[in-house]
Amino acid sequence: MTRHAVSLALALSALVVAGPALADDDWIPPVTDDLTRAECGDCHMAFQPGFLPARSWDAMMDGLADHFGDDASIAADKTEHIRAYLTANAGDRIRSEMAREYMRWVREGGVPLRITENPEFLDEHDFRQEVWDRPEVVTKSNCLACHEAAERGSYDED
Amino acid sequence: MSVPSVRLPTLSLAAGLGLAVLAPVSAQADAAADRQAILDALAEEARAADPAFSGFSAAGGETVFRTEWAGGDERTPSCTACHTQDPTAMGRNAKTGRPIEPVAVSVNPDRFTDPDEVAKQFRRDCEAVMGRACTAQEKGDYITFMAEQ
Ligand code: HEC
Repeated sequence: MTRHAVSLALALSALVVAGPALADDDWIPPVTDDLTRAECGDCHMAFQPGFLPARSWDAMMDGLADHFGDDASIAADKTEHIRAYLTANAGDRIRSEMAREYMRWVREGGVPLRITENPEFLDEHDFRQEVWDRPEVVTKSNCLACHEAAERGSYDED
Repeated sequence: MSVPSVRLPTLSLAAGLGLAVLAPVSAQADAAADRQAILDALAEEARAADPAFSGFSAAGGETVFRTEWAGGDERTPSCTACHTQDPTAMGRNAKTGRPIEPVAVSVNPDRFTDPDEVAKQFRRDCEAVMGRACTAQEKGDYITFMAEQ
């Protein structure tokens, strides 16, 4: 190997090593509030607030009595605690590359409720139907079926 | 005197073991008392609804658990849709895919000990499965069944 080839190889391997660490577009700040983790986490993984803008979380917390068809209402004081946490850490309130990628698809004043309908999500999850049909998946919002570390905010490809 | 120097550690080891064994036992006793308090409140409610109320039955609870009800969400015709046929096994939420810890008290001694959690979950789950609230009789029967599993 010439000296040039060696240094090129070194430079390339440095890129490969640095790659995943630099790609902060597959990490989003995780939920750090215990009550939010527990209450939202009863039925599904507590989704990171960075995936939706604050006005969506407001609408979500206003509509728990009909939460995608289920009555998910909880005591008023808990609702307000969780609302405050989610809105303060919403995608339009935090600095996060992954949140930014989701927010750029949200219309001004738009109030999306389903993270799985965001074009950013759809683009990353363009799978054959067989993948969605796997028994452990059940539904598109079941992040943990494939992203083992999703609760820690890490959505590395698995 | 060499005897105490041998014995003392043995004694304190024994005392330590005793504590280690006692602690979970008393935690389980607390859990059983909390569960009984919930059952007592349900019994009072059941008696108010029906003066002929004669106590809770595990067999009735098993019927609540296994029956395919009509009137709820089509994805969850029975409690077993999420909690599986075997209460000692891990379940999986049929709507969200989230795993659910076993509901049998033998596996999970803390089951049915937090009144708020129990009330919230009966409200949600009975609505999902039956399209209505469970009666106090059904709730007490269910807990009685699970306490024996
Ligand atoms: C849609 C899925 C689903 C169905 C169907 C379902 N459950 Fe549950 N159940 C859950 C979840 C999720 C929890 C909360 C998580 C946990 O306790 O591990 C839970 C917990 C409970 C609890 C609280 C247990 C505790 O330790 O406090 C009770 C009571 C309960 N379920 C009763 C029922 C009954 C009765 C039925 C049938 C009428 C039923 N469930 C059907 C999902 C379900």
